[in-house]
Amino acid sequence: MSKDMMPMFELYQPTDIGNALDLADKFGADGWKVAGGQDSLDWIKDRAKRTKVVIDLTRIADAGLRGIRETTDGIEIGALTTLTEIEENELIKERFGLLASAAAKVASPQIRNVGTIGGNVCQDTRCWYYRSGIDCYRAGGTTCYADTPEAMNREHCLFGADRCVAVTPSDTGPALVALDASMVIRNADGERVVAAEDFFIGPDVDIERMTVLQPGDILTAIRIPNTWAGASFYFEKVADRNTWDFALVNIAAALRINNGRIEDIRIAAGGVECIPRRMTVVEDIVRGSAQDDETATLAGSSASRGATPLNYNHFKIPLLENLVTRAIRDA
Amino acid sequence: MAYKLLGKNFTPPDVRAKVTGKAKYAEDFRVEGMVFCKLLLSPMPHARVTSIDTTDALAMDGVLGVLTAEDVPAGQGAGEVILTNNPHYIGEPILAIAAVDETTAADAIERVHVEYEPLPFVIDPLDSLYPGGPDAREGGNVANARVALQSIKWSARDFASVEEGQLPMTGEPQTEWEYGDLDLAFADAAVVYDETFVTASNSHHSMEPRSAMSYWENGKCFVYGSSQSQSFVVPGLAGLIGIEVKDLVYIAEFCGGGFGSKGAAYAVMAVPAHLSKKIGRPVMMRITRAEEYYMGSNRAGFQGRAKIGFAEDGRITAIDMYVVQSNGPNTGFWDYTEAGAAVSICYQPEAMRYRGIPVLTNTPPGGPQRGPGENQIACAFEPFLDKAAKELGIDRLQIRKINAPDNDAIFNGEQSPVTSAYQKEALEIGAEKFGWEEKIRLSGQRNGSKVIGIGIGQAYHSAGAAGFDGLVRITPDGILHIHSGIGNLGTYSYAGTSRIAAEALSYDWENCVIERGDTRKHLPWNFGQFGSNTSFTMARCYHAAAMDAKQKLLEIAAAEFGGEASDYDIADEVVFATQDSSKKITYAEAAQKAIEMGGKYDGHETPEDINPMTAAAVSGIAGSGLVGVAKDNYDIDAVPPALAAGFMMIELDTETGMFEILDYTGSIDCGTVIHPQSLATQIKGGAVMGIGLATKERIVYDPQNGVAANVGFYQAKPPSYLDVPATMEWAAVNIADPQSPLGTRGMGEPVMGSAASALVSAISDALGGHYFNRTPIVTDMIVNALAGQEQSHKPLQVATY
Repeated sequence: MSKDMMPMFELYQPTDIGNALDLADKFGADGWKVAGGQDSLDWIKDRAKRTKVVIDLTRIADAGLRGIRETTDGIEIGALTTLTEIEENELIKERFGLLASAAAKVASPQIRNVGTIGGNVCQDTRCWYYRSGIDCYRAGGTTCYADTPEAMNREHCLFGADRCVAVTPSDTGPALVALDASMVIRNADGERVVAAEDFFIGPDVDIERMTVLQPGDILTAIRIPNTWAGASFYFEKVADRNTWDFALVNIAAALRINNGRIEDIRIAAGGVECIPRRMTVVEDIVRGSAQDDETATLAGSSASRGATPLNYNHFKIPLLENLVTRAIRDA
Repeated sequence: MAYKLLGKNFTPPDVRAKVTGKAKYAEDFRVEGMVFCKLLLSPMPHARVTSIDTTDALAMDGVLGVLTAEDVPAGQGAGEVILTNNPHYIGEPILAIAAVDETTAADAIERVHVEYEPLPFVIDPLDSLYPGGPDAREGGNVANARVALQSIKWSARDFASVEEGQLPMTGEPQTEWEYGDLDLAFADAAVVYDETFVTASNSHHSMEPRSAMSYWENGKCFVYGSSQSQSFVVPGLAGLIGIEVKDLVYIAEFCGGGFGSKGAAYAVMAVPAHLSKKIGRPVMMRITRAEEYYMGSNRAGFQGRAKIGFAEDGRITAIDMYVVQSNGPNTGFWDYTEAGAAVSICYQPEAMRYRGIPVLTNTPPGGPQRGPGENQIACAFEPFLDKAAKELGIDRLQIRKINAPDNDAIFNGEQSPVTSAYQKEALEIGAEKFGWEEKIRLSGQRNGSKVIGIGIGQAYHSAGAAGFDGLVRITPDGILHIHSGIGNLGTYSYAGTSRIAAEALSYDWENCVIERGDTRKHLPWNFGQFGSNTSFTMARCYHAAAMDAKQKLLEIAAAEFGGEASDYDIADEVVFATQDSSKKITYAEAAQKAIEMGGKYDGHETPEDINPMTAAAVSGIAGSGLVGVAKDNYDIDAVPPALAAGFMMIELDTETGMFEILDYTGSIDCGTVIHPQSLATQIKGGAVMGIGLATKERIVYDPQNGVAANVGFYQAKPPSYLDVPATMEWAAVNIADPQSPLGTRGMGEPVMGSAASALVSAISDALGGHYFNRTPIVTDMIVNALAGQEQSHKPLQVATY
């Protein structure tokens, strides 16, 4: 149960990436990396997860961790860039309005002012059982409390259950997958770049992590190629409240439309699987078709193919179908 | 009648401190030597503590002491206790540890080793009513604030219908009443509905958690608390601490929200006092947000069933209702009986039977929440009127006017009268302001995937009490000191009603001071600030005290200039002879005279019928001015009602289940309007809470382990700024109540229920007449309804998503 009282920890505040990577390497799994802190500080304050060391990344001044810049084939966003900065950035609004729309729907203005894009894609799931500090699979235990006949699993997954039925809470995650973004990751050994689609991992890959990041890794930037710049976009988030709420289901789509024909599309949904769910079935149905009600409806009904609802979340099936339909019809 | 102050806007004296952040709430106080405590909370919904080992905790540097259940008074029956070795809900305090700082105290709590024996627990009352089903407490499964702990089990036969989703109507109730000939009245009905419904239990979400600080000095215990009420808290809190009323100094100048949960003294408030006594240091207990969700109390949930008959003309002929209350584990509150009262007064059926039972559950303690019983039952019953209106071809506003209570209204099993009631007028002025005639034509209008829904709702709460004391004092500087023991819930009714004393004494408001927030300010015995009562109860107290002061002013003038008191009158802070205006004396001069005359005039003598607390307050100010003090002995032979109507227009997206509230108008029958701005704030704020009640808030418990799903703002989901309309309209009937000296009565609670039921009505309207028989109506329920899918929850299921 929530203790709601911040414990003591050692705080490191590196001012350059080299120092930060050294600390991440030195402390490994014991070094909890914090940016905006909107997810991390909950965990620490609730005493549901413990850490001896906190590495505050927000003072790193180099390595492009902050800000939005144009590159030869797209843009690069420093991982420490706040969601408000993304929401308001002219370059992003002009080329990748999808991401600006998604960022604008995250949490509340106060949280977006401190919450970062890096944090938003790295955040942990909001499964309430897991976050209450219970010893579930994801917390290293041997049970999923959410996947039982009586469990309160309204907010859990339709797809990809594998002992754990948690979902990704991110609004920007599906947008980045739809935009074919890639993640720049650094550690003491160097840098690697991972496609957004591969960055998020399900319980079948590792039940205790949400992303490919390993203890010594730091996500430094997100790159978005110009592939989808200026395309037709659609983002929508359905939640119980219009602010400060996580998506029941969200949808992010990028469509290349020419003379009423959908030449190409990438579409992903959040809140239905542990990772932003890229819907290639929908893409395959839609690609090359006219942008009309028939295509949209057909695409919508295909979106839920393979869904395995839990006892309290079968509403997500028509909701996902409707959102896919809308995305294709209204983009 | 034209008033100098009543009906006019003013700035209550505590507003500036609140908006500038200078207001000091319980946790803002610091005193020399103060230390902090943290609580160890039960991780189980029902258990027995078999051992506690505090050795490791007490060995820590900075840890000063521990307080356990053995150190505090034991509870009685199902009453709440300060600390317990027999927890009945997750988050119930087991013990407290004091340390030099809060982090140390929290770390020490983690080093306490407690062993528990888990006991069977109950989330769903029907499980406990089933023969052989578990009880939430030892010794019984039924209790309430006015009902002794007892055991009531239904028979297996009673439950046969539950499988079909209907609440059994044959099980033994805890209480029942009936009037009229029910069979005959149902026979007269053109349509009869028989519906099972659920209203969810929800949290109070008080912004300020129930923190408290306490220390002992010269034999007196000082407590800085968070409460809606002032004087009313004192006897209860003194009892929890184990001291006499005279030995408690209670400071509660501001309250960051209570919504009913901080109306009276509550057990955990006594922890710092006991701990402080034990360790000899002042102790601050800051309750966290999660702790507030665990122990901050909940509105009771209902599983109910109603049979309701309508005549051809829309008149409600008969109602037969049964309510099973999710009571929480303690005595809780009597929402379930209030629900019966509310239904009888709002709909005035020719015949009615009410039955109810409060069943103990191992969920957070039940407590009154704004319109307890009345507001949740409004959400269940108002849809029946919509349904009947549709079936009988009557306008939805009209069917409510047909059944609306007026001055001849009767209610409850006793068929009690009301002081006055103008619900028809409240409906009319609200409909006028909202533009019902034009807007109802938009019902069902489509715009792409969106559809317009128009809703209307009503609610009731009693709006006043009688028999408390009023105390005012005019000091020789001419200032009127209005001694207020009612408390400062945050509604400003403490200030609005104070103006009744000023009005009655013909005072300029600039020359008035409200003495409040601290027992050392010599505060009289007043009722608690809850139950929408202040505008009636305190109006009577202040008026009585002001009339006593006025009489003394006249007598002093007569003593000064000769003649009888009746030869004199007051105006503009001067007493004068009505026949000779040269014979006059200012209030300031009269106050000086009062001190010289002594006796009753300056508080050295007190009326015999006032409460000892008031008498003590008077003795504290005796000799400092002219004292007006009196018990409210005004006639009262009926219940003053507060009646509200709400009108809502929404646009609902049929593809996502989300909706936007386009328009809201709330109207109220609350007698004479005291303070328009404050009234408007209450109507609008009530609507915000109503939106939460109708569509967002509910407790969720895992039935397998009894763990709570929502212990934070983001999980419990009170409406956000973007979930409510940017502007809302309001209207008030403003007809004086005959049993209130200046015609005022309360209004704070039903303005929530009327908005909640109006939203329920609007959603059903947008869905073309789909009735959920459950609140809150959450996004997934709307999506399922639109998709023609079954709901995830079973019809009678509680504490579920």
